[in-house]
Amino acid sequence: MTETLKICDLHVSVEGKPILKGVNLTLNRGEVHALMGPNGSGKSTLGLALMGHPRYEVTSGSVELNGEDLLEMEVHERARAGLFMAFQRPMSIPGVKMADFLRHASTNVRNPDRKEGEDLIPMREFRKELKSKMDQLKMDTQFARRYVNEGFSGGEMKRAEILQLAMLRPKFAILDETDSGLDADAVRLASTSIAEIGGAEMGILIITHHERLLEHNRPDYTHVMLGGRIVETGGAELAAELHKEGYGRIRHEHPEAAAENESMEEETTASS
Amino acid sequence: MTELATHSGFTSESFSAFLETRNEPSWVSDLRKKAWESYESLEMPHRRLEEWRRTDLRPLRLNRYGFALEKTAEVQPEEALLSLGVELGGQVGSVDSFPQSSFLEEKYQEQGVLFGSLSEILNTHGDLLKPYFLQLVNTDYDKFSALHAAGWSGGAVLYVPKGVKVDLPLHMWSAISAGGVDFSHTLVILESGAEATLMAETLGRGNDPGLHCGGVELFVGEKAKLRYVNLQNWGMGTFHFAHQKARVEKKAQLQWTIGALGARLAKVNQHVELTGEESQAQVNGVMFTEDKQHLAYHTLQHHRAENAISDLLYKSALQDKSHLVWRGMIKVDSVAQKTNGYQRNDNLMLSNHARTDSIPGLEIEADDVICTHGATTGKVEEEQIVYAQSRGLTKKEATRMIVAGFFQQIFDRITIESVKEALAEAIGRRIREYV
Repeated sequence: MTETLKICDLHVSVEGKPILKGVNLTLNRGEVHALMGPNGSGKSTLGLALMGHPRYEVTSGSVELNGEDLLEMEVHERARAGLFMAFQRPMSIPGVKMADFLRHASTNVRNPDRKEGEDLIPMREFRKELKSKMDQLKMDTQFARRYVNEGFSGGEMKRAEILQLAMLRPKFAILDETDSGLDADAVRLASTSIAEIGGAEMGILIITHHERLLEHNRPDYTHVMLGGRIVETGGAELAAELHKEGYGRIRHEHPEAAAENESMEEETTASS
Repeated sequence: MTELATHSGFTSESFSAFLETRNEPSWVSDLRKKAWESYESLEMPHRRLEEWRRTDLRPLRLNRYGFALEKTAEVQPEEALLSLGVELGGQVGSVDSFPQSSFLEEKYQEQGVLFGSLSEILNTHGDLLKPYFLQLVNTDYDKFSALHAAGWSGGAVLYVPKGVKVDLPLHMWSAISAGGVDFSHTLVILESGAEATLMAETLGRGNDPGLHCGGVELFVGEKAKLRYVNLQNWGMGTFHFAHQKARVEKKAQLQWTIGALGARLAKVNQHVELTGEESQAQVNGVMFTEDKQHLAYHTLQHHRAENAISDLLYKSALQDKSHLVWRGMIKVDSVAQKTNGYQRNDNLMLSNHARTDSIPGLEIEADDVICTHGATTGKVEEEQIVYAQSRGLTKKEATRMIVAGFFQQIFDRITIESVKEALAEAIGRRIREYV
C-alpha cells in the first residue's frame, strides 16, 4: 500500500487571523512536490501547521498520515510517526551538543514508544552512523561537538537541518526554504545531498523560491500557493516557469487570491 | 506526623546551659562569649536595610530553635549526592551539629593532614587552629554571623601541611532532623603548596522546619590549590544563614563551587579575598529553585594585591514562585593594580511567577584594572521546545535538555566530574513541564 500524507481543506489561523483557507494536497511516499508562491502566501504556515506548532491553529479540515489523524498528535508524536520539517529558522539550543541532541532525536524517532530515561542508541553505534552521514554530507566532524545551531552561519544551520534529515530518515519531509541563505555551491551540495541520503524513499515537500534545490530532486508536482490556497498544480515545468517568469501570470489568472495575498503580505511586513 | 525537637530559643540562659555542655579550650569559650554579646547588641535584620531589602525574615521563628545541646538523631548519609560512586580520601559527617562519624585515609594522616570534627581538633590541636579559627569571617557582621560564632557546633576542619597533596577528594556532610539546627563551622587551612579537594553538602528532605546558621573559612596558602564545593540541599522548610569567606595567598588557586537546591529561605554572604599577588579565584554558582523558595546571595570579590584574577559565574534556573537575589561586588584596593575581575549572573526563568534580582557592582580604587560584569535573564522559548519536539523529544525531555544546556557553561568550568554529574542529575530530577 502506498504511504500517504493527505491534506484536505485545511484552514489555519495564527492569532485569530486566517492564513490558510482550504489547502488540499496529497503527498505519496517516493514523490517530490515543490511548493512555490510569493511571500506571505502561507507556505511556511502549511509546514508549521503540519508539524503541529501550537501557534498555528487548525480551524477546519483534516490531515492524515497513512490513515491516522495527524492533527490529534502532539508535535513529538508527529515526528515519531515519520514526519520531519527542516526549519527555515532553526532554533539554537545553547549548551546542548549537536551529537547529544541527535542521539536523543534518533532514538526517539526509531523507537516511537520510548519513554524518557530509557536507553539511547549505544554511543559507539551512534557515533559511527553520525560520522558516516557527516562524511557523506562533507561536514567536518567537529560540527557534532558544537551546540545546536548556536553561532551557526545561515549556511551551517541549513546543512545541520539536512544532517538531521539524514539521521532521522522520515517518511515525509517538509523542507522550508532549505536553500535560502546558501550560495550557489552550497545549494547544489544541499540538492545532491537530499537525493543521496535517500530522498527518493521519502515523500518530500520542498518549499522554495529557487529552482536549484529542485535540480537533483526533480519535482513530480509543483504547487503554487497564493492567498492561503493552492491555486495551480503542474509538473516540473511549472517550477521552471515560475522561476523564470515570476508570479505575474498566476496573479493575473487568480485576482481574488492575489488580492488576499497582498493584504496578508502587508500584515506580515507590518508585523515583522 | 514528625515529632519536632523542642528548643528553648536563643536566650542568655540557654547560652549558659550550652556553654556548660562544651568541653573546649578557654580561648574558644571566650570567643563564644564575645560573639554572644554582639548577638545580644545587634538588631534583627529588617527590610529597611539595603542588604535585607529583598529578603523577608518574617516567616522565621527563631525562638522555635535553640543551641545544639544534645544529640537527638542518627542519620545515614545515604542521600549524599557528591560522594556517590566516588573514592573518598576521607569523610566527616554530623547530625544536628553533632559529629557522627569521620575517617581519613592513613596515608594522609601519616603526612600530617587533619580532617575531622572541629570540636575534637580544637581540643587536640588548639594552638595550630588558633591563628585561623573565626579570624576570617566577620563575626560582628550581623545577628546571624554573631549567633553562629557564639553557638557553632559540629562542622569540620581540614588542615593540609606545607607541600602535601591530598589527591582523593574529601567529603563532608551535615544533616538535620525535623526542627533541628545545624551550626556547623568549616575551617580549611592549606599551607603553602598544599592541594586538596573538599566537597561539602547538607542533607535534608521534606518540609520540616530547620535552622542552619553556619560559617565557612578557607585559607589557601601560597601556591596552594583548593577545590571546594558546597552544596546546599536542605529540605524545603529550612532557614539557611551562612557567612563564607576565603583568603587566597600569593599564586594560590581556589575553585569554589556553590550549589543551591534546598532551603525555604537562604541568605548567604560569600566573600573571596585575594590577598596575594597573582592569586586566582574561580567562583561557580549553580542554583535551582522552586515552590516559594527565597535564596539571596551576596558575593564579594575583594582584590587586595596585584595581578590577581577573580572570575565569578552564577547561573540559576527558577520555577514556580521562587525568588533569587544576587548582589555581587568586585572591590579593588588601590594597591591591586593589574587586577582582572569578572562577575556574571545568568538566570533562566521557568515560570512567569518567579523573580530574580540581579545586581552587579564595582568599587575600584586602582587605575590599571580590567573589571567586567554582566547579568542576563531569559526563559525557555516556546520555539526551542517546538523545535526539539519536532525531532521526537517530548516536551519534558526538551525542557530538561534546554535547562541542562543552560547550566552546561558552568559545568564546563567545574573540574570535578562527579560534582558536575551530581548537580546535573539533581537539577534534572526537579525539572517539570513548562510552557
